[in-house]
Amino acid sequence: MDAHAEAHEHVLEIPYTVHPRPDTGLYNAKLGIWLFLASEVMLFGALFSSFILIRTAAPVWPRGWEFLNVPLATANTFILIASSVTVVLAWANLRLGNLKWGRIFIALTLVCALAFLVNKGFEYTHEFKEHRFPSTSNFLAIYFTMTGLHGLHVLGGVIVFSYLLLPGAKMWKTDRARYTNRIEVCGLYWHFVDLVWIFLFPSLYLM
Amino acid sequence: MAQRKQLRVGNQWLYADDAERLLRDAIRIRDQEEQRHRIEGHVQPWWKRYVFSTDHKWIGLQYGFTALCFLLFGFCLMILMRLQLGWPGHAFSLMKILGENRAPGGVLLPEAYNQLGAMHGTIMVFLAIVPLAVGAFGNYVVPLQIGAPDMAFPKLNMISYWCYLPGGLVMLSSFALKDGTANSGWTSYAPLSVIATKGQTFWLFGMVLLITSSLLGSVNFIVTIIQLRAKGMTFMRLPFFVWAQLVTGFLLLLAFPPLEAAAVLQLMDRVAGTSFFLPSGLVISGQQLHNAGGGNPLLWQHLFWFLAHPEVYVLILPAMGIVAEVIANNTRKPLWGYRSMVGSVIFIGFMSFVVWAHHMFLTGMGTLISAFFQTTTMIISVPSVIILTALFISLYGASIRFTTPMLFALAFLPMFGIGGLTGLPLGLVTADLHLHDTYYVIGHFHYVVAPGTIFAMFAGIYYWFPKATGRKLNDFWGRVHFWGSFLCINGVFMPMFAQGLAGVSRRLYDGGIQYAHAKAIAEQTNPFMSISAIGLLVFQVPFIFNFFANVLAAMRGKKNVDDNPWQATTIEWAATTSPPLGHGNFAVLPVVHRGPYEYNCPECTTTDFVPQHAEIAAVPPPGGGMLPEAAVAQREM
Repeated sequence: MDAHAEAHEHVLEIPYTVHPRPDTGLYNAKLGIWLFLASEVMLFGALFSSFILIRTAAPVWPRGWEFLNVPLATANTFILIASSVTVVLAWANLRLGNLKWGRIFIALTLVCALAFLVNKGFEYTHEFKEHRFPSTSNFLAIYFTMTGLHGLHVLGGVIVFSYLLLPGAKMWKTDRARYTNRIEVCGLYWHFVDLVWIFLFPSLYLM
Repeated sequence: MAQRKQLRVGNQWLYADDAERLLRDAIRIRDQEEQRHRIEGHVQPWWKRYVFSTDHKWIGLQYGFTALCFLLFGFCLMILMRLQLGWPGHAFSLMKILGENRAPGGVLLPEAYNQLGAMHGTIMVFLAIVPLAVGAFGNYVVPLQIGAPDMAFPKLNMISYWCYLPGGLVMLSSFALKDGTANSGWTSYAPLSVIATKGQTFWLFGMVLLITSSLLGSVNFIVTIIQLRAKGMTFMRLPFFVWAQLVTGFLLLLAFPPLEAAAVLQLMDRVAGTSFFLPSGLVISGQQLHNAGGGNPLLWQHLFWFLAHPEVYVLILPAMGIVAEVIANNTRKPLWGYRSMVGSVIFIGFMSFVVWAHHMFLTGMGTLISAFFQTTTMIISVPSVIILTALFISLYGASIRFTTPMLFALAFLPMFGIGGLTGLPLGLVTADLHLHDTYYVIGHFHYVVAPGTIFAMFAGIYYWFPKATGRKLNDFWGRVHFWGSFLCINGVFMPMFAQGLAGVSRRLYDGGIQYAHAKAIAEQTNPFMSISAIGLLVFQVPFIFNFFANVLAAMRGKKNVDDNPWQATTIEWAATTSPPLGHGNFAVLPVVHRGPYEYNCPECTTTDFVPQHAEIAAVPPPGGGMLPEAAVAQREM
């Protein structure tokens, strides 16, 4: 056997971009996204810690449900949970080799994400109309900062899913496994964005 | 079994038919390489090869060059500060480059001094040393040392550099603002920084870009080291430098996001008028601030130091890694206690997340919390001492090669030792009450970072320069650079301990001469320190010339050393050419057979080292030149 020739074929190629490395059981992007999510946990963890610190020190603290739109936010919660389901279904269909249904579920995920942002937009405009700004109180400061940052994460997801739905889907023809992996990795990110909202919703709207 | 003819190639014994096959392979590979270079040369436009390159080596060089420029720039800011400190209120024509609004008639204004101080700290930490230690050395060396064709995510790597450079430029651009740059110190303590001039907003924007850059970089490093290790490169065969980079990657990954959160909150305070860091009833210049109030200035300090203490280890761990490589190579011995060093570096990584509040003993956060952080601080000093001790013991009994990189690496040991040991009193609450915010603190962390980390960086530059260019830097001028820098840098920082013990506060515009308790020592020492600083600048000139002369010669294709000029064992030297190939690094991906520092080991006979990837031991096989059956069987697999 000619080990050297075989090795040379892979000299230029970065290994484990698609298939998992045997001893770690992960492909590169999957490890990468988990690390990225770890850093995101630290980012939102720092913000939640700041929230707790400021809230516990405050003599009075407004109740979110007194003026925020709880029904709309509840609807948004279910929309995000639904999108987490559709993104898994998209990945499952791609794993089974079904591009058509895979794309339909990616599109549904995208629709959910956009619906979430539109609802958030309604909420923000309502607050601004009522003259409630980030500078009004520390509660609103935290509300706008954290939901705003979360909204940016949703927007990031929208951009990536739009890319994967339309131009990015060309990869299906050339490298099926890799395209499926991309959906999996984005799905992991999407679950995280969902999870952040699951924490934000009760702590801002219900408590 | 029939007898097969054997012959010696270099330091290896080979069967003749094997040797013939290897030679054929080598010729074929060379032809393919040439062809590929021709194709790539045509296909890739220059801006893709040199500006937005995805080759980790080129990105490493981009990082290195940019970081060295920032290092020089930050150093020059310090020279201006030292001129003012040495001779307060004196007019210098050099100072006029700051402009009339900062230094009218060449006399530095206090507010301009604050700008210089803030920018010196920020530039040195975030734009010079971290990018040099992690971005440059990590990028260039780590994939080569683990036998990877590139980083795991080459495009992310490119984006990481292109977040770093704009981040730096945003910081620098604030010099052009009417009110100047950020001026609240590199720590940007609230509420001062919230009410500061516009430069602070630039600082925050710059930081967000830099944090993004280091986040992308750290993900890339960790994935590369875990996933792309060559066959046989187990974790315990990783060179110590790679271990240091791995832990550094985790620190950057997990410690920077809280600062990003803090930067976002401060940005909101400054731009959207929130009160995260502004307490109620704040009075500024006799005017009560109209804001919601209820914020907490200490929150900023907690979030900042949650990053900035691990950041200290981001500054020092890669330096320790470089020093370990250079020491192992120049003592021609395996590192003493490699395993305990690895254990220590991992332990430092964990502990560095629970020591941050030792920067805040004076904030009145309570004795119980202070006691906790005092304890963790004392604990974290143990692994650092283990690493340093292991490096010292590695020297014992060695016939040391006093090369230029080795001189810098040797100087690192006592210099970092001084920096580390002077940190202990600062970690003890009672001593810190006296020393907090004095020049003692400045002396302490500069000993860690300047003659510590920066000397290690120079060791790395002299050591890996032949790797990147195929040329060694001139040894004589390297020695001039070393001894001059070594003497001058101690002249700058050693008196700071005396100043601090006498109670001279940091960040004083005039170095303390207006205070009765500080006047005497400030007048005695400050001019000497300033002259030393200028001397330090002068002794960098030989390095700059040495560096560029050799870079230019290398660009003309002149090599003056072979592929492995230091006779090193790690595979970045032994398995690739110097400079390495373009994309792809290795002509043949190496397979690793042993640990990283097999110098003067039992396997060595003809040479005093065995590279990690060497397939056959240099020992002529016993029994009339026959390889043992077992070895043959293994090789046929």
